[in-house]
Amino acid sequence: MNATAATPPVRRQLQTPQPPASAFPYHPGSLLSVDDLSLEDVSHLLSRAAALENQDPLTRDRILLKRRIALLFYESSTRTRTSFELAAKSLGADTTLVSNLSSSIEKGETLKDTGLTLRALGAEAIILRHNSSGAPWLLEEATRLPVLNAGDGMHEHPTQALLDLRTILAHLHNGAENVGPDTLAGITVAIVGDILHSRVARSNMLLLPRLGAHVILCGTTQLLPDSAANAGPGISVERDFETALRKSQVVMMLRIQAERLAGMQIDLAQYKEAYQLTGQRLAAHAPTAIVMHPGPIIRGLELTAGVADGAQSAILEQVRHGVAIRMAVVERALTAAKGGRA
Amino acid sequence: MTALVIKGGHLIDPGAGVDAPKDILLKDGRVAEIAGPGKLKTTNGAEVIDASGLTVAPGLIDIHVHLREPGQAYKETIATGTAAAAAGGFTAVAAMPNTAPVNDTPEITRWMQSPERGASARVYPIAAATRGSKGETINDFAALKAAGAVAVTDDGHPILKDSVMRETLAAAARVGLSVIQHAEDTRMTHGASMNAGPTAFRLGLRGMPPEAESGIVERDIRLVTELRDTRVHLHVAHTSTAAAVAAVRKARRNGLRVTCEVAPHHFLLTEEHIGLYNTNAKMNPPLRSAADRDAMIEGILDGVVDAIATDHAPHATHEKEVEFENAPNGITGLETALGLCLRWLHREWKLPLGRVLSLLSAQPAALLGLKGRGTLAAGSFADVVIFDPRAEWTYRAKETRSRGHNTPFDGWTMQGRVHWTISEGRVVYSLPK
Repeated sequence: MNATAATPPVRRQLQTPQPPASAFPYHPGSLLSVDDLSLEDVSHLLSRAAALENQDPLTRDRILLKRRIALLFYESSTRTRTSFELAAKSLGADTTLVSNLSSSIEKGETLKDTGLTLRALGAEAIILRHNSSGAPWLLEEATRLPVLNAGDGMHEHPTQALLDLRTILAHLHNGAENVGPDTLAGITVAIVGDILHSRVARSNMLLLPRLGAHVILCGTTQLLPDSAANAGPGISVERDFETALRKSQVVMMLRIQAERLAGMQIDLAQYKEAYQLTGQRLAAHAPTAIVMHPGPIIRGLELTAGVADGAQSAILEQVRHGVAIRMAVVERALTAAKGGRA
Repeated sequence: MTALVIKGGHLIDPGAGVDAPKDILLKDGRVAEIAGPGKLKTTNGAEVIDASGLTVAPGLIDIHVHLREPGQAYKETIATGTAAAAAGGFTAVAAMPNTAPVNDTPEITRWMQSPERGASARVYPIAAATRGSKGETINDFAALKAAGAVAVTDDGHPILKDSVMRETLAAAARVGLSVIQHAEDTRMTHGASMNAGPTAFRLGLRGMPPEAESGIVERDIRLVTELRDTRVHLHVAHTSTAAAVAAVRKARRNGLRVTCEVAPHHFLLTEEHIGLYNTNAKMNPPLRSAADRDAMIEGILDGVVDAIATDHAPHATHEKEVEFENAPNGITGLETALGLCLRWLHREWKLPLGRVLSLLSAQPAALLGLKGRGTLAAGSFADVVIFDPRAEWTYRAKETRSRGHNTPFDGWTMQGRVHWTISEGRVVYSLPK
């Protein structure tokens, strides 16, 4: 047994089993990841968002009249939940909210069983917010209903990326709806803060470079591993906040996700010193950039109250765009042709 | 007991250095005689198995399985787990102690081996190293060995305290038992559900760094070195990282008795096989990077790896149909090991058939000192697998004999079809006609 240890030879070129291409065909109305959308799909959603926003509310509510949509929320939410609900109701749909704190989920019901129950109750689509990455795939596989990912763990938040895109286009491209691979060419977007725990960061870093933008991720090594630069094309890591600011036309600030730190200790004074977006920093290094934040904002931590309320802030515009984008996404969920992947 | 003759087959017995057409007479649970084709002396009244065109080899031995009994029969029983073993060509399995209760007593060790369990293969219990596998108080190894335990381990609760691990190695050596370590520094893997790295980042999952494995392997090797006792045997379970294999390779070069095993999923799959949160690709240690996977292949080909072991870990379907980070670790492996080893190690990567079979029988038997197993030399146990080494077939999880359907290899092409498995002279599996 002991005689066989030898120096490993030069690595051979070996044929190895390939990973599976895709687990299962999605419902074409589902939106689980920004990767599910072609740029054509994105353009279509942007133009439907604009059309629906401007449509007479009295005709708009015929689109999904009395269709049933369930909102299944395993985490607290203000913006996402309310805007999805308002969006669905604007189209005439009936919505029902199931949250983990006031349902059988508290008694131990699994996501699969909760999903099947909602389907038996007549839900035609489920909007899911969940604290576990990947949960929407489980729900879709169990129910085969259109599932809209309203944020899964640390993974993705695709409608947030779409509404962020609409906000960016409104500022830099006069609200263009038709997007292609060069639409955001020359634009640099800095995403700053707790990247590791942020699903907003992941969806944006996957979507925006496909339109030609460059994404700079900026934060401490604790909250931003070096390997993040390999998450996709058009992404780089910059540790120095002011350098990142100087290069960017768009600055997305993220909150530190205290609920996901899992024992990680962060020196907040040091953090603010290095990464807080202050009026001085903004004026000195990015005086024309738009300042975005997916919310909830923690005033005085990742950004100062003055910046949040200042002239460069687009934070409340983002919220407004959220309703329009979610109208388009909900409409797609219930009107997409069945069969095959979208 | 009736006699059984296997005739017309090609015997490959790497332990005995045989690779030739042979007829075999099995009698009273032992190998009675081996002879050239048609040359057996006494075959009167013996039942005959026609192995023409097939390979005959020592029954396979898996030194790392979870049979879930006592306590978790809804996942697997000793009867169903060993039925799956038999279907996969295995005639002996070493069962891990993470049962409920933990197997830390001679009573449980004996209970697992009782004929009432209905086993289709020989079950060798591996007992817990410490009481309740809590890593504090060392068990009575002499008593456990007397009851039939072949090694000690705390498996999924690796021994982190240096003092306890040192004492475990020393105490096991005194009674002639191996110490098996599931190498994972659990202080570095809290809340993690896959390998750390870019894929974990992209999927938004917390990662287990490779150093959590290699760090413990290096620590354990240091302890073995310091003990300066040639009886000490450290066996590293399911090695998954390049650094861990490198540490074992170095320890061996330094003359230490340190061995390791690799599971088929670790030499075949990478973290990319998790795809979109496939819980049947979740196990511990996790699927690693392509570089780590390549190092497992390299370690097998260059001989530093001593055994292929499956880490067969059945779970109920409903337990795996949950969020990825909430799903239990583990996949089944007994029915797919031979088919994957022949398809990939042998056909694709050109490891000679005799060496593949050695990694699945002679070497694991030697590693745990399983006397009379892993060879078909006259007088050995009549543990035989008879298979068609060229036949291709498709594995279907729903047809498994295990209670667990949790495998990433459902629908995969296997090479090498088991026709018969014989355990101590008894046919425990025959290919359905």
